[in-house]
Amino acid sequence: MAKIDIKINGKEYSETIDDNILLVDFLREKIGLTGTHVGCDTSQCGACVVHINGDSVKSCTTLAMQVNGKDITTIEGLSDGDNLHPIQKAFQNNHALQCGFCTPGLVMSAVDLLQKNKNPSEDEIRDWFEGHICRCTGYKNIIKAVQEAIA
Amino acid sequence: MYNFKFHKVDKIEDAVAILSSAEDPKILSGGHTLIPTLKQRLSQPTDVIDISNIDSLKSIKNNGDLITIGALCTHSQVATSMDVQSEIVGLASMASQIGDPQVRHRGTIGGSIANADPAADYPAAVLALDAKITTSSNSYNSDDFFIDMFETAINSDEIITSIDFKIPKKSVYKKFRNPASGYAMAGVFIAIFEEGIRVAITGASTTAFRLHDLEKKLENNFSVDVLNDFNADTTNYNSDIHASAKYRGNLVKVLLEEVIAELV
Repeated sequence: MAKIDIKINGKEYSETIDDNILLVDFLREKIGLTGTHVGCDTSQCGACVVHINGDSVKSCTTLAMQVNGKDITTIEGLSDGDNLHPIQKAFQNNHALQCGFCTPGLVMSAVDLLQKNKNPSEDEIRDWFEGHICRCTGYKNIIKAVQEAIA
Repeated sequence: MYNFKFHKVDKIEDAVAILSSAEDPKILSGGHTLIPTLKQRLSQPTDVIDISNIDSLKSIKNNGDLITIGALCTHSQVATSMDVQSEIVGLASMASQIGDPQVRHRGTIGGSIANADPAADYPAAVLALDAKITTSSNSYNSDDFFIDMFETAINSDEIITSIDFKIPKKSVYKKFRNPASGYAMAGVFIAIFEEGIRVAITGASTTAFRLHDLEKKLENNFSVDVLNDFNADTTNYNSDIHASAKYRGNLVKVLLEEVIAELV
């Protein structure tokens, strides 16, 4: 067992956990933040993407103890009360989700992209989403949503 | 995942101490090879040593004729480094082709080189740029480093700390990506130095390797014409569900043409 001290969406947590628990399982089962999803569990689909100190990362391929002392943002941390984050609004406006399973990971990834590149081209947006798989939408509306959010 | 004891260290000496004393320890850097391995229960270490807090291993330095990259530098750091982009563009380009942006935020150059996956990208750069690999207790030349699949020259109580890459006049890396994993089904790195040319291949065999005969031919005549009678010797190439040895041989030739054409 190990002790973890961690900030999630601006709130401090101190928990006792197994040495080998994955970050995604810690967030979902210990903290109750189930917006982050386990899709493939093999680092390929991106449904588990969260931010660690601002960078998007696959939480299914991270041990919770690796991020002891760090600052995590999950999908739940994007909105401000009932006010959606601009990227969430853009996804809504552009019908960029259907079943919604891949959506939290894609939104978190999009937030990171626009932090690092204020005006990405369509190719740059598509390249950025290399680590995400969506089975419903065909990606077109997701790209449109990101382009709307740039404006 | 089997359970283990997790350690986070701040100094290399502490990591080496646990490596030497624990029953079956493993170093954890970015974790994007080790953690999937643990999840599949393919490995059962007693101790996992997280070295990611060792800040002294995270810098990139331009030393004039070589660039020193700390072992904990992420692929994202290497890809976006102004020094690497301006001095060894083939290396920056390689780093930007690994995995995806999220993987590149975690995966490290030290981890990739120590793991020596036959389909990893960095081993081609190590050979093509005649890199020197420095560890916690030793240093190695590029040509002596990769022994076999997942096997390098370093001992079990050593940790890679930095890699010195020679700055070439020109460099290009191209790979044929496995459409699912993104790993190199074949990858070609060519670096042009004053003293000569180095051609390194990854993804095709059990380790990365150089094509010495082709290097000499290119030194005499740097053009795609040298490939007219080139046929890869596929004796030791891998055959698996992704590609036969023969197909990989063809990929190597196609990639050589593309890389040479870009460098001409």
